[in-house]
Amino acid sequence: MSNDKPMRLKLHVWRQAGPNAAGSMKEYVAENVNPHMSFLEMLDVVNDGLEAKGEAPIAFDHDCREGICGMCSMVINGVPHGGHKGVTACQLHMRHFKDGDEVYIEPWRAKAFPVVKDLIVDRGAFDRIIASGGFVSVATGGAPDANALPIPKRDADAAFDAATCIGCGACVAACKNASASLFVGAKVSHLAHVPQGHPERAERAKNMVAQMDKEGFGTCSNLSQCEAVCPKGITVKVIAELNRELAKAQAK
Amino acid sequence: MKLDSKTPSGDIKDRWSKHKFEMKLVNPANKRKYTVLVVGTGLAGASASATLAELGYNVHTFCFQDSPRRAHSIAAQGGINAAKNYRNDGDSVFRLFYDTVKGGEWRARESNVYRLAEVSVNIIDQCVAQGVPFAREYGGLLDNRSFGGSQVSRTFYARGQTGQQLLIGAYQALERQIGLGAVKMHTRHEMLEVVTIPDGSGVPQAKGIVTRDLVTGKVEAWAGDAVVLATGGYGNVFFLSTNAKGCNVTATYRAYKKGAGFGNPCFTQIHPTCIPVSGDYQSKLTLMSESLRNDGRVWVPKTPGDSRPIAQIPENERDYILERKYPSYGNLAPRDVSSRAAKEACDAGKGVGPGGRGVYLDFSDSIKRLGADKIKERYGNLFDMYQTITGDDPYQKPMRIYPAVHYTMGGLWVDYNLMSTVPGLHVIGEANFSDHGANRLGASALMQGLADGYFVLPYTIGDYLARQKPMKDVGISTEHPEFKKALADVEARTSKFLSIKGKRSVDSFHRELGLLMWEKCGMARNAKGLGELLQQIPALREEFWKSVSVPGSGAELNVSLEKAGRVADFLEFGELMARDALDRDESCGGHFREEHQDEEGECVRNDEKFMHAAVWEYQGDGKAPARHTEPLTFEYVKPTKRSYK
Repeated sequence: MSNDKPMRLKLHVWRQAGPNAAGSMKEYVAENVNPHMSFLEMLDVVNDGLEAKGEAPIAFDHDCREGICGMCSMVINGVPHGGHKGVTACQLHMRHFKDGDEVYIEPWRAKAFPVVKDLIVDRGAFDRIIASGGFVSVATGGAPDANALPIPKRDADAAFDAATCIGCGACVAACKNASASLFVGAKVSHLAHVPQGHPERAERAKNMVAQMDKEGFGTCSNLSQCEAVCPKGITVKVIAELNRELAKAQAK
Repeated sequence: MKLDSKTPSGDIKDRWSKHKFEMKLVNPANKRKYTVLVVGTGLAGASASATLAELGYNVHTFCFQDSPRRAHSIAAQGGINAAKNYRNDGDSVFRLFYDTVKGGEWRARESNVYRLAEVSVNIIDQCVAQGVPFAREYGGLLDNRSFGGSQVSRTFYARGQTGQQLLIGAYQALERQIGLGAVKMHTRHEMLEVVTIPDGSGVPQAKGIVTRDLVTGKVEAWAGDAVVLATGGYGNVFFLSTNAKGCNVTATYRAYKKGAGFGNPCFTQIHPTCIPVSGDYQSKLTLMSESLRNDGRVWVPKTPGDSRPIAQIPENERDYILERKYPSYGNLAPRDVSSRAAKEACDAGKGVGPGGRGVYLDFSDSIKRLGADKIKERYGNLFDMYQTITGDDPYQKPMRIYPAVHYTMGGLWVDYNLMSTVPGLHVIGEANFSDHGANRLGASALMQGLADGYFVLPYTIGDYLARQKPMKDVGISTEHPEFKKALADVEARTSKFLSIKGKRSVDSFHRELGLLMWEKCGMARNAKGLGELLQQIPALREEFWKSVSVPGSGAELNVSLEKAGRVADFLEFGELMARDALDRDESCGGHFREEHQDEEGECVRNDEKFMHAAVWEYQGDGKAPARHTEPLTFEYVKPTKRSYK
């Protein structure tokens, strides 16, 4: 809270008119940047200026702006979400920058996440992976009493740790192979740690991995960059669990 | 406008069971002949889409985000209520019903609220069966916490991310149906018009919608046998709120303009514990969950203008405002009451932090009593979020909080079957006006969203569809002239925005509207301010249509165009809200009219004149809307002074 001095930043932003258009980095100046602003608020101010001049604002995905919807997705100075532990781009605050900084802003880059416009990419592949098996097949109604089946706290906590994935795709953007292993592992791990997920665990692992491959995500690089950028602190342990689930499923 | 609530008669305990039996059913082989269009994929929309598809209907589901998992239900933090009485502390369906009616200050329909409390227990079962990782105790059973406005522990939670876990549960159920081909999902599609077509007897029925593909700009019509709006609340009329940036009134407002009555638009909820505004660039406000009030104490210095550092303010010079004013509920007083207490303290000059708009939420006693580890386990992610945003560490010094717009109890009027005044148009979740009256209790929004989507609408929509011939049999398709007209209307509106080529950004208008609404139709309202607002909004709207800048074209992804459409609707809707707030000449719940308060600053209701839902009917642009009323009767929870002292 100490330093409230406004800053001036030079931005280099990826602009691309559409999926098939050629893109390039364009320069903008962000004036009067208040250190308490969020990164997206800084972009809002730049966009407000562009709009008032009749120029197209920089398109970027965002919605909740509190780090939970998973919609915001930009690579800031080479790191997805900007490289602060546990923080999405919308929660990154300008107090981490200093006057005169140059900031490079790019979209997620991965074959399975084609650019839609500027910083917006299509993450439909993630939805299709969930649709291939990331669920428990229970229809509405007829569920037994919620306390009928006790679940040990450590299992419930482990399930929760994996279930916090927000589906933002930073893990893919950080991986040199554009692998979705952390995302898939998080869901497989979540549902493997609760008894409700057990009946379908073999099929789930096989189907989700098959869909992941089909979408064009690469294989795990074993470099753990995904863990380093995950805003929810999901660890590569879930990838190990995914591999174990898959191996067990294939042995069946 | 006829407001028939279709409430069943008999003992309230039996009404829903009786109604379920009396409703018509669509036989399994016939369900596939009907198509239902669901707009929105939050808790209500996702759960309804999945459940309707499981039943065998054809479902088309639409959301404006890139994935159904992004809907703003995801941001709900604290928990979900259910009358399970797992704590053995005296909870029951009746007590949850009672608390909710009282919490809403006797401005909701008793039968609906009772049903909500009744199905609350099924929701938890359903979510656990889906694998939702609720918080558990060491014995493996589910844990509970307390929330405002209740003296029992009935709130189930998943750390501070309950909304996320429940929504992912519903989203996964939805994705499963998408994978099975039973739901056709249309992401990045925004609904811009409801289409009605007169039936054999000339009564308009909702038979479709028009959407804009936000990627390609394609404007498209969709025909269905029924339409379900699950498009959330309108809190963003204030620009700054805890809502996601994309939340908007467009779907419900477009439906209002097609004849759906809008119920109690002035009922808005101001949440007491949000991170205060830090500057004029602010784009949204962040909530700090109400659950924090289980262990945090709200206080301000007793002396106005006291700017000493916290450590130098001795205990006896601190005013624990909620504990002092409401000893029996203390820091867990309901949201409207707590918000006003904070405002009152700040108005008296006791506010803390820059601008004096803030109060402390202090955990130091709890940290002493339970240890920092326990507090971290309960609220770790919320503390982290606070620190990320403000740069301050709440383990070391108290949080600074202030009320902010959070939820809207008003919404499209619906009957007991969750159908609006337009037959076939169903409205669920926050988008309807149904269950919370003038104030919603904490952890009840998630409950209502899932109750509507999993357990109510799937029954009641069948009753409507069973009385309709499938659209294909009566020749309804997107070739119908009403669809052509709706498409042309949307295209014309788009061209209009693009042709203005003014000099002001869309957001600048939205901010200006929001500030006006906050000042004059926010936490406290009076006839003078509302009267001024009714002059200022039309003037701002006129300015908007003259000088807004919407660059680019309609045939591309155009963020400015998306925002312009939403802001244009807010600029009309704000006026409706102000009108409703002016005409409701009483104080109740979130609607606090300064003219109607007692000597201690509490709400004074006027049950004789206002024990009703106010329902607004659109009469045409430039014409005053008509105000209708649905009288409310209370057989089970007798209206009294709502006191939490």
